[in-house]
Amino acid sequence: MQTEYISAFDVVLGVLWRFWPVWAALILVMGASFAYKKRLGLYGQLFDSGVGIAGVFICLFWLFTAIFASTISPFDPLAQVSVMKDTLPGAIEPASKLVYYFGGDKLARDVFSRMVYGSQIVLIIAPAATGFALMVGITLGLPAGYYGGKIDTLLSFLANLVLAFPVILLFYLLVTPGIMDTPIPYGMAGLFFLFPIIFFCVLFWTRYKKRPDRLYILLGITLVLGGWIYAGLVFDKDPLHIVHIDPNQLNIFVAVVFASSPGVFRIVRGLTMDIKTRDYVAAAQTRGESPWYIMLWEILPNARGPLIVDACLRIGYTTILLGTLGYFGLGLAPESPDWGTAIKDASRLLRSFIHPALPPTIALMSFVLGLNLLADSLREQSMKD
Amino acid sequence: MFSFIARRIGTILLTMLCLTLVVFFLVNLEPNLKKLAISQTEMHTPADQLESWLVNHGYRQNFFLRYGQWLGVLPKHPITDPATGKTTQRFSFCNDPTEPQFSGVLQGDFGCSTKFKTTVAAKLFPALGATGLLMFWVLAVMVPISLLIGILAGMREGSRTDRVLSVASIASTATPEYVSGVIFTVIFASWLGWLNGSAASASQGITFYNFTLPVITLAIYGIGYIARMTRASMVEVMTQQYIRTARLKGLSFSSVVIKHALRNALIAPFTVIMLQFPWLLTGVVIVEVMFRYQGFGYTLVEAAGNNDIDLLLGCSLVSVFIVLITQLISDVGYAFLNPRIRVQ
Repeated sequence: MQTEYISAFDVVLGVLWRFWPVWAALILVMGASFAYKKRLGLYGQLFDSGVGIAGVFICLFWLFTAIFASTISPFDPLAQVSVMKDTLPGAIEPASKLVYYFGGDKLARDVFSRMVYGSQIVLIIAPAATGFALMVGITLGLPAGYYGGKIDTLLSFLANLVLAFPVILLFYLLVTPGIMDTPIPYGMAGLFFLFPIIFFCVLFWTRYKKRPDRLYILLGITLVLGGWIYAGLVFDKDPLHIVHIDPNQLNIFVAVVFASSPGVFRIVRGLTMDIKTRDYVAAAQTRGESPWYIMLWEILPNARGPLIVDACLRIGYTTILLGTLGYFGLGLAPESPDWGTAIKDASRLLRSFIHPALPPTIALMSFVLGLNLLADSLREQSMKD
Repeated sequence: MFSFIARRIGTILLTMLCLTLVVFFLVNLEPNLKKLAISQTEMHTPADQLESWLVNHGYRQNFFLRYGQWLGVLPKHPITDPATGKTTQRFSFCNDPTEPQFSGVLQGDFGCSTKFKTTVAAKLFPALGATGLLMFWVLAVMVPISLLIGILAGMREGSRTDRVLSVASIASTATPEYVSGVIFTVIFASWLGWLNGSAASASQGITFYNFTLPVITLAIYGIGYIARMTRASMVEVMTQQYIRTARLKGLSFSSVVIKHALRNALIAPFTVIMLQFPWLLTGVVIVEVMFRYQGFGYTLVEAAGNNDIDLLLGCSLVSVFIVLITQLISDVGYAFLNPRIRVQ
């Protein structure tokens, strides 16, 4: 049976139409941000420059795409409709009369749906891994920069050790299928996921030491919430069965956190060494504040500008890392719709078909570009102050 | 200065020791050894024979003993038949010794590649040569272009040229090799047919036709970053007092830029270019796999995929050495270029 096609113009229109929940949400959020931009602080200032608007637009676009993925995509990203194998963009699926907007890949799956679902994987893992890397980097970087001396030498040596590894070698060693049989990923997860709990406990403890009524509530919330997520992520023993992560995703997650926390550590350490010479730190020391209070409540808030910029860039970099993992077929399941895996599959067949390769490459590139534009304009705004 | 370099080299050696120990630990995990045994024996070998293969080839010896053997501080032993006491070579294809002797990295013996059935040195060094050629062309393309972009953008901060070039450099840093490689292949190989989408034939001899795509793919990711650093450095220099003095003396803008600004503005990018090497290493792996170029990255992937222990250790040693030595060169070179900085 001959496959029927719709015209190129209809493909463009159809794709734009499929994204309607994203457009609606974008109009709402961007409109509201424009209207109240004076009151929104740093976020509102982003809307003063073209670069900033473009950055926010692209990032929000992919965020909403990830949220509304099930509404946008016409097909299941894993479903194979054998007649649609290697079809060109705009082919009509005979059973449901829905269109394969970007054509079908070599396993007869819809390239468009896979691209849309791929955004979910990236937008969950990349920001979360960056968040954990920030926690680890901050919790270790503050004391290293503040105390200096032996602790600094030791931690810096360890950080340089990890940084001296070429990323790709690190991933080949840490994200092989065999390593899941060993306790290494779980041990590392157990270690890394402790850092947020430690961070928040120390944060609240130093601030509310003298006010037990507040302190115990906040510490209780941190420990219960943190312990619950910790049990779910590391031991997969969440009593309520809500928090759950696949072993291979945990492995990727841990490897990405491991690879990027030394970078955060270095930045935090450098900023701390710079800021600790300021007068307000000396004032706090004279007041007799504890070192951890000074680190967390005097130094950290004043280091937030460069850290936010770095976090934006780092999410983009983590996205690239995830793509690299997918490209080498490490960690993620072979049928997973993430962009890196899709690029790997498609790039093997570039000689015969190019259409399955372009959507994931452009998606990945545009998302990282959006984050970089955002970081650039944030840096410019924070320099104005 | 001398003690600084000596101390740094000491740190480098310590780091290499620690890192090889970590790599050695990870490649010798039980699942990885199983994988190695399965790939080295006949198909469908029963489990007890796999185990005896591992024992025979010395993989069941104590961990530190074997690390010491690899390093060359402990003697390597040949396979000894317990019944007859006769010794045979551990791996015949590597010309392994038939009597115990010290033969490790310290003696210049990098071991034996189980995947390629040859010595690591015979596989690794030609591959490094091939990658060196690729790196040379990448740097030859990347450095002049990125410096030019950075200088043009930073010369007049906030101008139209600056904005266009800045956004272009941001876009290039947002394009990892596996993305730009696919896009370039689609444009130049599939549509226009100007260039070859595979560099497999480049091992025999490089031509413009088969080598351009790998080179520009690898260069484009670094260009944006170096250009932005150059721009930042250039912008800073252009606000200095002595530039204003030169302008007020009546010198033309172009001669101020070329004679006064450039030399100082190019100190910072030197460090950045040296520190690009670790990133280039990852890029090399992607590009060589993508364009099937038989270099260091290709070897690394093959070694890692087949758990080829000695080859993987050799690869990590080389890459860690490159990363650390470029850091050292960048620190020392920076002190030479900038007389205001003194190394302690």
